Amino acid sequence: MVDYLKLAWRNIWRNKRRTLITIASIFFGVLLSSFMSSMQEGSYAQYITTIVNSYSGHLQIHKRGYWDDKVINNSMKFDGTLTSKIAKVKDITFYTPRLESYALASTDEFTKGVMVMGIDPETENDLTSISIKIKEGRYLEDHDGGVLLGSALAKFLKLSVNDTLVLLGQGYHGTSAAGKYTVKGIVKQPAPELDRLLVYMDIHTAQDLFSMQGMVTSVVIMVNDNDKVAPVKDKLEGLTGSEEEVMDWKEMNSLLLKQIESDRSSGNIMKGVLYMIITFGILSTIMMMMAERKKEFGVLIAVGMKKYKLIIMLVLEIVFIGMAGVITGIMGSIPLIYYYLHNPIPLTGQAGEMMLQMGFEPAMFFSMAPSIFYYQALIIFVFTILIGLYPVYNISRLKIMSAIRN
Amino acid sequence: MDIIEVKEIYKTYDKDSVPVHALNGISITFKEGEFAAIVGPSGSGKTTLLNIIGGLDEPTRGVVMINGVNITALSSRKKTQFRLENIGFVFQAYNLIPVMTAKENVEFIMFLQGKDKKEREKRTSELLEAVGLSERINSRPNKLSGGQQQRVAVARSLASKPKFVLADEPTANLDSKSTENLLEIMEQLNQKENTTFIFSTHDARVVNKARRVITIEDGRIISDITNR
Ligand SMILES: Nc1ncnc2c1ncn2[C@@H]1O[C@H](COP(=O)(O)OP(=O)(O)O)[C@@H](O)[C@H]1O
Ligand SMILES: [Mg+2]
Repeated sequence: MVDYLKLAWRNIWRNKRRTLITIASIFFGVLLSSFMSSMQEGSYAQYITTIVNSYSGHLQIHKRGYWDDKVINNSMKFDGTLTSKIAKVKDITFYTPRLESYALASTDEFTKGVMVMGIDPETENDLTSISIKIKEGRYLEDHDGGVLLGSALAKFLKLSVNDTLVLLGQGYHGTSAAGKYTVKGIVKQPAPELDRLLVYMDIHTAQDLFSMQGMVTSVVIMVNDNDKVAPVKDKLEGLTGSEEEVMDWKEMNSLLLKQIESDRSSGNIMKGVLYMIITFGILSTIMMMMAERKKEFGVLIAVGMKKYKLIIMLVLEIVFIGMAGVITGIMGSIPLIYYYLHNPIPLTGQAGEMMLQMGFEPAMFFSMAPSIFYYQALIIFVFTILIGLYPVYNISRLKIMSAIRN
Repeated sequence: MDIIEVKEIYKTYDKDSVPVHALNGISITFKEGEFAAIVGPSGSGKTTLLNIIGGLDEPTRGVVMINGVNITALSSRKKTQFRLENIGFVFQAYNLIPVMTAKENVEFIMFLQGKDKKEREKRTSELLEAVGLSERINSRPNKLSGGQQQRVAVARSLASKPKFVLADEPTANLDSKSTENLLEIMEQLNQKENTTFIFSTHDARVVNKARRVITIEDGRIISDITNR
């Protein structure tokens, strides 16, 4: 016997061509929209990973107020008290202290303002992999007395490995800071800004320079999973006092996240327009189909089919068309996106140049996050429900006699 | 016992703001087991009368009682259920559901009634056998001739075990052989199962088969003759 499902299924194939065209329109809509979403989400993930891994880390601890006012006096003690607290929190993979400040770099001929970053060579390298960016000389050792320069900075100052650099500046609480350092290596920083400004040195050397033994401006923390950031942050906040602030990568990169959010909304508007067009396509198919079958509906009600049952049958027909489009669309997108996931589209020319300048790899990356796919299904589902209102409206107004006479 | 009681029915259509008086005070009763023809020229009001008796249309004035129930007072939803349980319909244009086979068209009515599968299948094959279509149970309407389709429609109209069947010009689209065949089947069902048939027609050969002939003109009954 035919139940409503079977009946609805047969009904949608009464006009094969029309149904296939409608399904194809959904198919291409889903394909296009998941491709777009995948590319967007892939790029966002790429931006975030790059930023997190090249600078901010998952979490940072500072003296309270440091993030808003990054001066050397807003620093904190980095000693057993703090490290033992960090050690208590599980899911932390590693942490690394930093001492960041500014100074004037001078050689015999030139002077330039630079960013001095005191690091723990080993753990910092675990996070930001500086050692592989060394293009001349060598990476820092523990308690190294030398410095690493960004390649553009080195070029500007006309310095090469084993040359000497003088740093002058202000130390902790108004002391004066001055030191002479041997250039141990030249680092090619992908971000041009940093390449022109950055001087790395061992954190102890930096503490000596700024006269602040045992002090750091930040402790960068990595956890083993993105989902662990929030709970670890809570734990750390509980353990540290009101003197310190714990910030996660979202707070530290709020500008980037805002940009991502606005990019995502403009993408959603585009997808929304696309889906509106598809919806009107489906709606017109359903309206035509229902107009053609008006007499049949009259007969069905005449012989005793209640209107709501007829509506259920028609909504099922719409759901079938929608589902056929979504399922084929998702089945088509998976291999397509899978391919691009493993073969990002390289960006050349201006766009590529811009990405490079911002420190990102110049390519379009893709994401295969499941949400990309079920989001499509959800949207089509919502539109299907909206289209389903048409039969509700149409059938509830239907007059048996005028339908049969049709 | 009267199963249908039509009391002082008037029907006025509004055609482009011009009132059309299709029925002008019709009162008539039908008993169980009747085989009655409503005859009259085109436009005399046959279809309107049958539609009102069947609860498909509403009278402007008057009351239709079926088995003591005033169907004119029912809500449209209750009317639909009432039709499902009590009335069979045969239409001039057969009006089978094209995506269903002959068997499914018949069975569907019982499916709507919520009858169980076993009962549905048993009655469906009995009915299709009664209308001589045992061989074509799995054919869709477009694979059947007009006469065969109308026989399926008769089987469908009986699926719910209705109190009576209303057939509006059931043979109008059929050739003479199919007409004869269909009438024979209807007569047999009437005699064997005591099914009440009320049909409209303007075909003299069909009129001859009826045991009661009601003639209407301009929406009024001008004669009501019971022979045999
Ligand atoms: N929906 C309608 N709107 C306006 N006039 C109608 C409508 N249906 C029937 N009529 C008119 O009512 C009269 C009776 O029609 P009908 O019952 O169809 O007669 P018959 O079935 O005997 O040919 C005719 O004059 C017809 O034009
Ligand atoms: Mg008529």
